[in-house]
Amino acid sequence: MRLAGKSGQTGTLGAGHLSMSNVITSEQNTVPLVKIQDLHFQRGSKQIFSGIDMEIPKGQITTIMGPSGTGKTTLLKLIGGQLKPSNGSIEVEGQNVPKLSRSALYTLRKRMGMLFQSGALLTDFNVFDNVAFPLREHTTLPESLIRHLVLMRLHAVGLRGARDLYPAELSGGMARRVALARALILDPMMIMYDEPFTGQDPISMGVLLELIKTVNSALGITSIIVSHDLLESMSISDYVVIISDGRVVEAGSPDALRASESEWVQQFLNGTADGPVPFQLDAPDYRLDLLGAKSGASQYSADNS
Amino acid sequence: MIDLLQQFGRGWIVLFERLGRAHLFLFQVLLGIPSLFVRLFLLTKQLYSTGVMTLLIILVSGLFVGMVLALQGYNSLVRFGAEEALGQFVALVLFRELAPVLTALLFAGRAGSAMTSEIGLMKATEQLAGLEMMAVDPFKRIYAPRLLAGFIVVPALTAMFGTVAILGGHLVGVEMLGVDAGAYWSQMQSEVSFRYDVLSGMLKALVFGFVICWIAIFEGADCIPTSEGVSSATTHTVVYSSLAVLGLDFVLTALMF
Repeated sequence: MRLAGKSGQTGTLGAGHLSMSNVITSEQNTVPLVKIQDLHFQRGSKQIFSGIDMEIPKGQITTIMGPSGTGKTTLLKLIGGQLKPSNGSIEVEGQNVPKLSRSALYTLRKRMGMLFQSGALLTDFNVFDNVAFPLREHTTLPESLIRHLVLMRLHAVGLRGARDLYPAELSGGMARRVALARALILDPMMIMYDEPFTGQDPISMGVLLELIKTVNSALGITSIIVSHDLLESMSISDYVVIISDGRVVEAGSPDALRASESEWVQQFLNGTADGPVPFQLDAPDYRLDLLGAKSGASQYSADNS
Repeated sequence: MIDLLQQFGRGWIVLFERLGRAHLFLFQVLLGIPSLFVRLFLLTKQLYSTGVMTLLIILVSGLFVGMVLALQGYNSLVRFGAEEALGQFVALVLFRELAPVLTALLFAGRAGSAMTSEIGLMKATEQLAGLEMMAVDPFKRIYAPRLLAGFIVVPALTAMFGTVAILGGHLVGVEMLGVDAGAYWSQMQSEVSFRYDVLSGMLKALVFGFVICWIAIFEGADCIPTSEGVSSATTHTVVYSSLAVLGLDFVLTALMF
């Protein structure tokens, strides 16, 4: 197991406690860690992805954006092997995730971290035990060493003082920081963040932004962020992918996207109500609807008419 | 009419699909059981939460059931001058039927519902997904210990229910109604077969424990991950488990006695 060592004094947000052993190289900037080809996925009769191609570069922060319901979280679940696509391949470090056996998938997952929107902390365990959990499950390290590692990770996210608290006693931002410490404990090659900034106050958001950035640069981890928070996400991202209607609409650096002439991208970046993504969902003619066409009338009104 | 037929057919398809899923789920849980032998702490924790925490309701219920049985039995037996057979009556009714069935129903209400709601909430709060993403198999870590614990605990609780109920019967029959203590115990000892009566009851308890835990775990894991979904799954656990216990009791009784 590759373990991050303590280096130097405590820096901002405990960055000094993250390993500096992995320095991003030019090779990391070009080699994709995740390669998605011709990805199709449907839930029930709804087609979520229809032939997505995407490459996520190694060692960089990639943000996936798009309107609600486009399948951003689903994409993370597909990369993590929690869902299986109906067609296409998802390669993580050269391994085709949907084709992996259960044991091979679990071996791969030990090197992937995922930060859920809710934190997904185990409610029966306190903060310390939550962070120690993956180590206790997957290693035979002595408790004294586990204690050191857990405290280092908690220190890095600024929550060493919260080690005895239970998840119910944490704020949303703190829960996500604990979840980040837990995701880092096995020293993964990549971390997926599902809406990490949702519902955060400005200070918590700033802390999370700084942590994601620091973790990425200090450990050389590949970060994939799914987020709606445009400004914040783009401020730390190296690469941004915008998806909608089951396909990639635009991909590139934040500057390239800002300069894009695509109406779709501009609508998304400027938050315009109407545009390629229409304000009104497809519906019958408004006048006919008001004049009493029965389609869409509630059961209540039908019963009382 | 065609709509009605379609709905009827769809209902059956959904039912069989769910049954199939439940069996595949059970198979995966069973595969996870061997891993518990090297991680016994997972099992002991569940033995505590499903067994020890259910003990009080089992003992109190057992005491009252035994007392009621003695009262009812005495009133019937005394008419024929056979009140000395009270001990035999109480023990046979308890070990063959009431102890396993009532223990199973109480277990389903107390521990089965708790299992479902716990697993359902873990699903709703993404804890199960979190475990999977940490490469921790919920079948080994969450489901298998609960299934095995239920399998072990229900027979033990049944034995305790029966024992306390016999003491309750003694309290009412001997201490209050004046049945001879020697007759109460000796009739029981001579007429109740350990292999035929007691072990048969224990076998029923084993089956009930297994089925209740299977239903409870599956309902939790398969629930819709919302508060309404968890609540509905918990209700299903109690209803399905109770029906399964009563149905299986008939089948097992027909086969055994």
